[in-house]
Amino acid sequence: MTIREVVKLLDAEILCGEEHLDTEIHTACGSDMMSDVLAYVKDQSVLLTGLLNPQVVRTAEMMDMLCIVFVRGKRPEQPVIDLAEEKGIVLLSTEKRLFVACGILYTHGLGG
Amino acid sequence: MECIRLEYDVDGNNFSSAGNASDSVKRTLKQLGVSPASVRRVAIAMYEGEINMVIHAHGGRAEVEIYPDYIDIYLKDSGPGIADIDLAMKAGYSTATENIRSLGFGAGMGLPNMKKYSDEMKIDSTVGVGTTVFLRVKF
Repeated sequence: MTIREVVKLLDAEILCGEEHLDTEIHTACGSDMMSDVLAYVKDQSVLLTGLLNPQVVRTAEMMDMLCIVFVRGKRPEQPVIDLAEEKGIVLLSTEKRLFVACGILYTHGLGG
Repeated sequence: MECIRLEYDVDGNNFSSAGNASDSVKRTLKQLGVSPASVRRVAIAMYEGEINMVIHAHGGRAEVEIYPDYIDIYLKDSGPGIADIDLAMKAGYSTATENIRSLGFGAGMGLPNMKKYSDEMKIDSTVGVGTTVFLRVKF
């Protein structure tokens, strides 16, 4: 699916990276532990998380991820959004909880 | 052999800027045409090291040498040192504070990750003096 479909499925707000919404994605992961993302993730292109600090964007950048979804209605501060913009990473915010958001994407064909 | 040398100060008082050095190395390797898979291994290994320097050692210095077929990374700090390196290398073992965990780190995966994503890794550490971690990643 495309990132645009993720936006629709999660009823998400686009915080930055609007120009990348038609990028195709195939896999995602959900975690609040960046150490685990760095340890276990392989080629996932979307990160769903409830963490808001700049290291979430850094972690995504090191893993070549394309999109971060902040769950539970969370929004990072502007410097974090600026960093993502600079790195070409799409930031989304959804009211849904981590488990629900992951479940919706999974049942619509996004792999782990 | 000719190589590209890069040096970075890793600021121990600024958690937000942790990752700057790794990011810069990542971009340089990309520009040099190193394969994306190798670039990612370097980026993750070095980023974990950088995070370690910030959360455990009040920052330090990163020295990087890029050769045609591999990269050598030296992460040097004057932090508290590692008393038991074998124990520190165990997946899941961490001395990070609850505060660090709340930031998404301190799962005890840093050093194991650095080993996993590098081809050679050496830790030189003296308690009370500091630690130097050497990483080599082949392209």
